[in-house]
Amino acid sequence: MSENIINVDHLTFCYNGMEVISNISFAVKKGDYLGIAGPNGSGKSTLIKNILGILQPKKGTITVFGQPLTSFNQWNKIGYLPQRINALNNHFPSTVEEIVQLGVTKRNPTALKRTLELMGIAHLSTRMIGELSYGEQQRIMLARALISQPDLLIFDEPTTALDPETRDIFYSLTGEMNRKSGTTIVLVTHDTSIIGQYARNLLYLDKKLIFFGTFENFCASPDMAGFFGLTSQHMICHQHEKTENNI
Amino acid sequence: MGLAEIFNYEFVQRAFAAGILIAIVSSILGVFLVLRRFSLIGDGLAHITFGSVAFVMFLGVSPLYITLAALPIVMASSLAILKLTHSKRIQGDAAIGVVSSVGIAAGIILASLSNGYNIDLFSYLFGNILTVTRIELILSFIVFLTVTAIVIIFYNDFFAVTFDEELARTMGIKTRRINAILFLLTAVAAVLAMKVAGIMLVSAMLILPPLTALQLSLSFRMTIITAVFFSILSVICGIITAFLLNLPAGGTIVISNIGFLLFISGAKKILPSKR
Repeated sequence: MSENIINVDHLTFCYNGMEVISNISFAVKKGDYLGIAGPNGSGKSTLIKNILGILQPKKGTITVFGQPLTSFNQWNKIGYLPQRINALNNHFPSTVEEIVQLGVTKRNPTALKRTLELMGIAHLSTRMIGELSYGEQQRIMLARALISQPDLLIFDEPTTALDPETRDIFYSLTGEMNRKSGTTIVLVTHDTSIIGQYARNLLYLDKKLIFFGTFENFCASPDMAGFFGLTSQHMICHQHEKTENNI
Repeated sequence: MGLAEIFNYEFVQRAFAAGILIAIVSSILGVFLVLRRFSLIGDGLAHITFGSVAFVMFLGVSPLYITLAALPIVMASSLAILKLTHSKRIQGDAAIGVVSSVGIAAGIILASLSNGYNIDLFSYLFGNILTVTRIELILSFIVFLTVTAIVIIFYNDFFAVTFDEELARTMGIKTRRINAILFLLTAVAAVLAMKVAGIMLVSAMLILPPLTALQLSLSFRMTIITAVFFSILSVICGIITAFLLNLPAGGTIVISNIGFLLFISGAKKILPSKR
């Protein structure tokens, strides 16, 4: 039986006295590709921020790599790509190299070169981050998340505002990392067709847990057909089956 | 008196040495503060310094030790600002406003309670680098060593927190500790800068050199180095100008800083972009 990389047990999170996440439990196993979906304001990003220790739960426990989050210290095992970087304005004084190096505690020219080449951004290494396109910036942020070769990658709506071509490159690369290197991936998106294409497991959230399991179970579930409507369920499942057949 | 001769005076040597050390410290910290939109903390802490100086004068502390005696109060206040900044009910800039109002109000009340030291107190408002004491010079050197050592050791942490605090937390960086260190060091820099530029102009020492360096769109590391360069240059130009034209050094240092900012901004507009 493979080990649990993330274990969320009866998690409840409140913001200003209102329950944003209500009593949810699930586990992510080593090598999983979990898609977290749900409508806007359903608590997806809040859940991720709880797992990453940015927000503190009101109730429940979270363990990461077998350690309670409160005492977890192997952060280099986790690569995180947030939805938006606060400092990413045109005037932040930083080169691409400096940003990517942020992902490692000590300067590591070999890892830097390898990661920049992997992401196809070696030619941008000395450019200022602020003068690049949004797509290039996201690739740089992904490179930052990948440089330490983490065992777990967490993406929060990573391709919002990316053009379709860059988005496909992004997902192909992360899919390959999951299949070839066994990197565990947790992907948050409101786009269920993306989830269907790339993830093997689905967690659907709307403040409480609506569904958690494999796509096969999701597609066979009459409850989910009732919840989403047959057409929507079919569209999500069709994307998943199409991708499974192509692999 | 020739320019070279002024360096024969011990008080001038002390002024240059302390001025350069404080210029380095304030510009390094200023880069982090400006990029994190905490620029006004210099103003806030300067106001607190005013209240603290009034308080220690009220207690009858010898003028030689006023800077040293005011330091713990300003450091504690910087932590209070940080605490208020983390409060969900008060915005960061409002938190600075709250604490600085307390500093100014306390200073004015304490000054009015005793007429005897009003003149001394108000001399701190405008600063006089030529009156830097030996103790203040030693303190400046200790602070210079502390700040540079801390920034070098925790460079990655400071950079990560400046880039994105939330992201830094996911890298295992104790962001609250880094913030506390930054605020405490800024408090020390503000108290020392009071002697160079005066309470009214402390924030200029923190803000202007980083702003000048930011005009040049350099890497993070080079931005810090360039800010330090312009800060030192401003202190040197400012003290020399003050001495030659018999003007207050605090004002000439800040005007030099503004001069460099305007020059670099103007040159950037006139010269063709490298790309």
